Amino acid sequence: MRGTITDIHTDDALRQRLQALGFRSGKDIEIIRKASFGGPVQVRIGTTDILLRQTEAALIEVRAA
Amino acid sequence: MKRIALLGMPNTGKSTLFNRLTGGAARVGNWPGITVELLTGKILLGGDMAEIIDLPGIYDIHGFSEDEQVVRHFLHDNVPDLAIVVLNATQIERQLSLLIQLKQLNLNMVVLLNMADEAKKFGITIDGEKMSKLLGMPIHLISAKYGQGQPEAMHAIAKALRYPTPGMAEALRTQLEQDAHIEQEMARVLSGAVQVPARLSDTRTDKLDSVMLHPWLGLPIFFGIMYLLFQGIFFFGQPLQGGVADLLGWLRETVLDPACAGLPTWMSGLLLDGIYNGVATVAAFVPIIILFFLFMAIVEDTGYLSRAAFLMDALMAKMGLDGRSFVMLLMGFGCNVPALMGTRVMRSRSLRMLSMLVIPFSLCSARLQVFVFITAALFSPNAAPLVLFSLYLFSFAAAIITALLFKKQFANTEPFVLELPPYRFPTGRQMLLRGWHEVTHFLRRASQFIIAGVVLVWLLTNLPSSATPASADTLAGMIGTWLHPLFAPIGIDEQLTIALIFGFVAKEIVIGSLAVIYGMSGDALSGALGQQLDWVQAYSFMLFTLIYTPCLSTIATLRNESKNNGFTALALVWSLSLAWLVSFLFYQAARALGY
Repeated sequence: MRGTITDIHTDDALRQRLQALGFRSGKDIEIIRKASFGGPVQVRIGTTDILLRQTEAALIEVRAA
Repeated sequence: MKRIALLGMPNTGKSTLFNRLTGGAARVGNWPGITVELLTGKILLGGDMAEIIDLPGIYDIHGFSEDEQVVRHFLHDNVPDLAIVVLNATQIERQLSLLIQLKQLNLNMVVLLNMADEAKKFGITIDGEKMSKLLGMPIHLISAKYGQGQPEAMHAIAKALRYPTPGMAEALRTQLEQDAHIEQEMARVLSGAVQVPARLSDTRTDKLDSVMLHPWLGLPIFFGIMYLLFQGIFFFGQPLQGGVADLLGWLRETVLDPACAGLPTWMSGLLLDGIYNGVATVAAFVPIIILFFLFMAIVEDTGYLSRAAFLMDALMAKMGLDGRSFVMLLMGFGCNVPALMGTRVMRSRSLRMLSMLVIPFSLCSARLQVFVFITAALFSPNAAPLVLFSLYLFSFAAAIITALLFKKQFANTEPFVLELPPYRFPTGRQMLLRGWHEVTHFLRRASQFIIAGVVLVWLLTNLPSSATPASADTLAGMIGTWLHPLFAPIGIDEQLTIALIFGFVAKEIVIGSLAVIYGMSGDALSGALGQQLDWVQAYSFMLFTLIYTPCLSTIATLRNESKNNGFTALALVWSLSLAWLVSFLFYQAARALGY
């Protein structure tokens, strides 16, 4: 599943970390897979793959492509 | 002496470069955050010696994790003459942000775009010269792993070092949150000098991950790999250990016994039955340890640790931990000390403390030596590897029980966000370095603890001189008898009690002191143990050894990292109580069932 990041609704500390990992408004993002038992999701932004929990992923607003 | 700092995001190869430049042995691995300490080395640059410092990776110079603070304070207090900024060329699109942040600090800088080999494979083209002009600083493409581009980079570094450093900008703090400026600057440089294919994927990594991270197969594959790894260590390592033990025994008989024949009985006793037997019994495990760390190095370098974090995070979350805690537990299988320090990448103090409380239950390589020796002495060759594997399961179980019991006290809401690097393979040189590093680590421990430990054990089992060695009349016998009411219910006799007391200092001493207590080494010691103990006692002894405090270094690290005496005391008392309780339950249940 692919889309474009439109907004990041986290606190400042996490936003800073996410920005360093490439999460910025307007960037394309792709969901690669989800772990079983409600575990983390693997997403790809540009050339970087990132794991994050669904609770954190829910804070990132994406417009589906 | 001029000072050079290595800076960059986690897992960009700073330590690999550091090792290559200094010939050092900084620990490297395909895991973001493997370097947590400042390492320094010296190199000859353009005729002068310069000091080079390997700093932990940071995502953000204004970040708030402990390692980011370490780096910021370091730069603040020790303005380097030159900063070598190492960026991962394959991720240049986002790593450029850190470079631009650093540029604003007005440091004297040389930029190395590392993993140029990987970037080329992915089809990323970077025009180094153009980028250099756009940014106004020297930029070189290199591969720290294979050494490509190194001579040119060294030349540039030597040249840059001749310029005076502009000094740290005082307005550093006010520069926070200049994202707009950083984004503009990034776009300007990227559009000019970098071309990334529209859709980029490492197909080899993707294909491998579709199996390794499969929703149903992922976890069984993980446990399968772990099982094979430990089977392999036992299968290859045990005969190797026996061989070295025989060799050291032969050396004693043919060389040392005749050479010490002229010495007084007590002195040859101390030298041969004490120091030599004790140290030789421990030294016989060096091949197993090297083998073990080579396996570990492969697991770490391939990038599988981050996959393990992905697979296990959901389960760890139920225990108040996260995927990184699980990776630290796995690293603890090597040695608990670096695993404890590795928790610095966590920002929530509660999560860090809970992780540090469970890591000491990881069956470390020192404990592995005790278990390999005892399982080989008391169990059949077919049963021994299974017994060993069961101890790994107990190790996990102890960690799980502890986390579940204490998760309320250390509740946290730390977000779990982790980079997933592509699969990489270690070079032969990296593996050799790692093996060598472990040998020197072992020798250091041997000279610090093991010799002193076995000498003390020998004295305790031979004094007063009127008593028969290792009998109840010796000091060791008295201590054992005094503690007997505590250890009898878990099936541990007086002699093993002495070994456990010294195991508190370092687990390697346990088998060393058994060799001294029984006055034997190698096969003879195995035979003696097999006659003295039945399997229930031996297993109870191993359970206790597994769960109680790993060693003095671990306690010191717990204290240093937590900066809290109460927490350190809790970790100590809890592990001792749990060890006794588990051994008690096992021993009494097995006896009640008639074994």
